[in-house]
Amino acid sequence: MTTLAANKPAYDGKTLDLTGKSGARAFKNTLATVLIVLCFLVALVPLLWILWTVISKGYHLLLDPNWWSQSQRGVTVRRVGGGAYHAIMGTLIMALICAAIAVPIAILGAIYLVEYGKGTKAAKVVSFMIDILTGVPSIVAALFIYAVWITVFGFNRVGFAVSLSLVLLMLPVVLRSTEEMLKLVPDELREASYALGVPKWKTILKVVVPTAFGGIITGVMLGLARVMGETAPLLILVGYSKNINLNPFEGFMGALPTMINQDRTELALQPAADRVWAAALTLILLVLLLNLLARVIARFSTIKSK
Amino acid sequence: MAKRIEVSGLNVYYGDFKAVEDVSMTIEPRSVTAFIGPSGCGKSTYLRTLNRMHEVIPGARVEGKVMLDQQDLYASGIDPVAVRRVVGMVFQRPNPFPTMSIFDNVASGLKLNGVKDKKKLTEVVEASLKGANLWNEVKDRLEKPGSGLSGGQQQRLCIARAIAVEPEVILMDEPCSALDPISTLAIEDLIEKLKDKFTVVIVTHNMQQAARVSDQTAFFNLAATGKPGRLIEMGPTKQIFSNPNEKATEDYITGRFG
Repeated sequence: MTTLAANKPAYDGKTLDLTGKSGARAFKNTLATVLIVLCFLVALVPLLWILWTVISKGYHLLLDPNWWSQSQRGVTVRRVGGGAYHAIMGTLIMALICAAIAVPIAILGAIYLVEYGKGTKAAKVVSFMIDILTGVPSIVAALFIYAVWITVFGFNRVGFAVSLSLVLLMLPVVLRSTEEMLKLVPDELREASYALGVPKWKTILKVVVPTAFGGIITGVMLGLARVMGETAPLLILVGYSKNINLNPFEGFMGALPTMINQDRTELALQPAADRVWAAALTLILLVLLLNLLARVIARFSTIKSK
Repeated sequence: MAKRIEVSGLNVYYGDFKAVEDVSMTIEPRSVTAFIGPSGCGKSTYLRTLNRMHEVIPGARVEGKVMLDQQDLYASGIDPVAVRRVVGMVFQRPNPFPTMSIFDNVASGLKLNGVKDKKKLTEVVEASLKGANLWNEVKDRLEKPGSGLSGGQQQRLCIARAIAVEPEVILMDEPCSALDPISTLAIEDLIEKLKDKFTVVIVTHNMQQAARVSDQTAFFNLAATGKPGRLIEMGPTKQIFSNPNEKATEDYITGRFG
């Protein structure tokens, strides 16, 4: 001990400069900060601009109760009046049927990829196909369903056909996000469950999926938001009707994107222009509402305080 | 309850890589057996073969026999799920189910296996939490999420969860390595208590811990990196720590390597 203390170098009396940044580094730091803030603002400007335009031009029609309860039946582009009930219901019906088909397939597919098929050839093929499907443009999906539904099977153009083509667009979005969420669930939780003598399927159902539930719901909502704004499948597979039609298996059906498209041709006329903006705002609100709903569902299901 | 484990000629593989070679040992019921040895010597891998948890990893397999009293756990027709109901496990890092309350965490083993009787569940949860020395700390907040507890409490929650299904054997894979000394002491006291009812096997890096809690100690080592781990020596803890038969054991225990 004594020798160690003796060998210890003495305090050398020099003061280290720990105070200032060097000029060049300070400059780079400021430059990077300014650039990042600018990029943020540039990204924000169009978003706020769109929101402001749509809200300011569309809000007054939404305040009219008729907007939510009436259709455009008999309303011409020059006339004020009518509502978007037919289009809101059409959009909701087609999107929900689509979700009812796509969500179970997507979630089960993701469970297969993460929990069962990991590393197998089948999983690689499925994964590759999903990647391709992600890049399929909506008009191609619509034409594919047209070919199968109308040309091959000989059915009519109806809302259900639109739902089928939307499934092709929603499936890869939901499957990929669910897959990512399931991968985030730590293996330790699966092993903890196995160690209690719980079978694999029950572990997935009661431990893995509930842990990832919030993220899965978010993915479903992103998928819904995407398909609700699609226009090409509507134009090709169901056309547009100004009347209320709640039957997805018969007749033309209104929808918000096609309602916008309908009145867009006469934008010079004020009543038509007003309806375009109002329909756009309605569509944004619809997606927003579904998102809020999803958050509420996710919150209620994760905190189980009973 | 509490059963004897007899292992003979066990080889453990990850794909083509042999991780543990030719292990034979007897683990006595109602006692604590500690596995010690340097990192990578295969003691955790070996532990995981005792409740067929090893095969959860793709490509992993086992040769040899693990007898639980008269039954070979690796005989054909044996269901790994059934094995794990009898041989429970506590992991290195506390892993309570994040979506479940404290109550549901402890009850999970029973609930997920179909027990619905509310009265029985309440009884088992209380008994298990008392058995894990956690009851007094959580009895007023059983409905709160289990992830809100401290690390040491979470680990005792995991032990409560493991004993709630009334296994014969409890395997512990470095249960204290993520905990502070006070929580470690709490777990060690608990292990002492658990051996009255269960066969306890514990993997530890802490030799004082092995000396404190175990009755039998097994020392694992590997000849070189990339070679399989082997059981070097096993015997009563007192003897292993005071008068080991093998030079390697003595070197490891006295801190000359590893």
